[in-house]
Amino acid sequence: MAAITQGPRFLPSGDTALVVEFGDRIDRGLSAAVIDLAERLRVADLGGVTETVPTFRSLLVHYDPLATSAERLIEQISGLIAGPIGDRAAAQASTRLWRIPACHEAGLAPDLAEVAATTGLTPDEVIALFGADRYHVYMVGFVAGFPYLGDLPEALRLPRRETPRVQVPAGSVAIAAGMAAVYPYESPGGWHLIGRTPAPLFDARAEPPALLRPGDAVLFEPIPKAEFERIARAVAKHDYALMPEALA
Amino acid sequence: MNGHLLVVAPGLHSTVQDLGRFGYQAYGVPVAGALDPIGLRLANAVAGNGAGRGEGRGALEFLYSGPTLEVAAAAVRVAASAEIEILSDPPRRIPPWQSVRLVCGERFRFGALPGASRGSVCGYLAVEGGFAIAPILGSQSTYVRGRIGGLEGRPLRAGDRLALALDSPGERGEVCLAAPPDLAPPARLRVVLGPQDDHFTQAALDAFLNQPFTVTPEADRMGLRLSGPRLDHARGFNIVSDGIATGAIQVPGSGQPIVLLADHQTTGGYPKIATVISADLPAAGRLKPGDEIGFAAVSVAEAQEVRRSLEAELGHRMRGLVAAHTPAVLNQAALYGGNLISGVVDGAGG
Repeated sequence: MAAITQGPRFLPSGDTALVVEFGDRIDRGLSAAVIDLAERLRVADLGGVTETVPTFRSLLVHYDPLATSAERLIEQISGLIAGPIGDRAAAQASTRLWRIPACHEAGLAPDLAEVAATTGLTPDEVIALFGADRYHVYMVGFVAGFPYLGDLPEALRLPRRETPRVQVPAGSVAIAAGMAAVYPYESPGGWHLIGRTPAPLFDARAEPPALLRPGDAVLFEPIPKAEFERIARAVAKHDYALMPEALA
Repeated sequence: MNGHLLVVAPGLHSTVQDLGRFGYQAYGVPVAGALDPIGLRLANAVAGNGAGRGEGRGALEFLYSGPTLEVAAAAVRVAASAEIEILSDPPRRIPPWQSVRLVCGERFRFGALPGASRGSVCGYLAVEGGFAIAPILGSQSTYVRGRIGGLEGRPLRAGDRLALALDSPGERGEVCLAAPPDLAPPARLRVVLGPQDDHFTQAALDAFLNQPFTVTPEADRMGLRLSGPRLDHARGFNIVSDGIATGAIQVPGSGQPIVLLADHQTTGGYPKIATVISADLPAAGRLKPGDEIGFAAVSVAEAQEVRRSLEAELGHRMRGLVAAHTPAVLNQAALYGGNLISGVVDGAGG
């Protein structure tokens, strides 16, 4: 993790968005700065700011050009970044840990054997390694509710599949390029599928619609197929909700 | 139970759209919304939804060719950006940007889309009071890829019912815009360079700003893929993902730019050479395959100034509606005078 020693770059994206760029790498230090600024902006509630989108290394600040200006926002955001650390401490205190159940058994983990073969591990070792670490939600994107989780243990770092799948089943737990993710609903995808969760990660009728948000922590907990099916039935009856733990 | 509009034929790609779904991009939910917000806002204003909040009400957006609809309500007041052809005997033709009260059983469809000879890809039908469709995440906009909003998150099908929010339209005379807007595509879309213009060679930047591009058939609500001079990257075509604003022009490894429109993803990993300014986004949304387009760079301050002028002009238009006394004659003259397309009133459309 690199310390942030310089201020961010401000890059215009047209007249309705401003990129606040802290760096150009995937890095926990940069991510912390991005999420911290998102939280400061939420608290500050600046006039004209319509929403913010945290990414690995930058925060995109969407604004109404009739209500504010890029020039004014740069000044206000610079002030917020330089401001006291209080908000940041509060944001960190509220970090949430999600324990997401994932089944890695036959039929739900189509790429597990291949991942094991490629990495020189047994499937059980892959599952144990994958479930041992707590992952950080860097950002949510690609499709609605798709979380980019990192960082994967060194032994599990693989490039994407050479041929992406046209249809990846909803709930697929996947790895690629040093990251883990869950496909919230059926969509195309090029990551390696090593398990599946019965827990819904996206519901457009819920507020907020996505389970995970940038800055959350995630731990995958292996479950047997019987438990997967039990939870899936409960989800179908709207009788299942994952709750996060507060991390001190 | 208020009435509805019955979808007799769905058209090529007809969806319910408002001005978009804001506040959820951090969760990966695209904004969606009208490709041409000017068309949506003016149609709403003429339909009686008023300047202000009403102008952003959910309306029907149709691409290329519109639907055929039947009124299954006592009455409804509608207005469209295209000619409305009422399929009575003989047929009645209502010019673009003019309200009309339709009664139960009347069927109607749409003429050619406005925007000079090249035509617009998208048209709008607004109804007084809007549609009785429950908003999803604060918006009626349909995002088809995520199956969110509108009618079950998908384009219209034959047999669909678009429920109306009002049981009957207000008692008043019909109105029209004092003069039709000029929706002809500009020769050049204005852009602010960046956020990743420094990822391109000087030759690429020169070509981008000085040579024309053509909209390819791979154009949809997500974006316009253009073909033209190859825009070379100075240092690779992958960047670590960052956020995407509507109008951002990303350039993947092919060197061919893509103008990202309403349904674009919230984040992406290709360098963005420039971003279309907000005042020109509606014009970008009207472009269709085969259209030629160039780009001109302006500053952020200039872009904001242009947007303010556009809003002043739109406000003036929406507050300045005039009575539509005898639609069959007077407004034809007004339309021709306003340089709208030929074919609007001569039946060439439809």
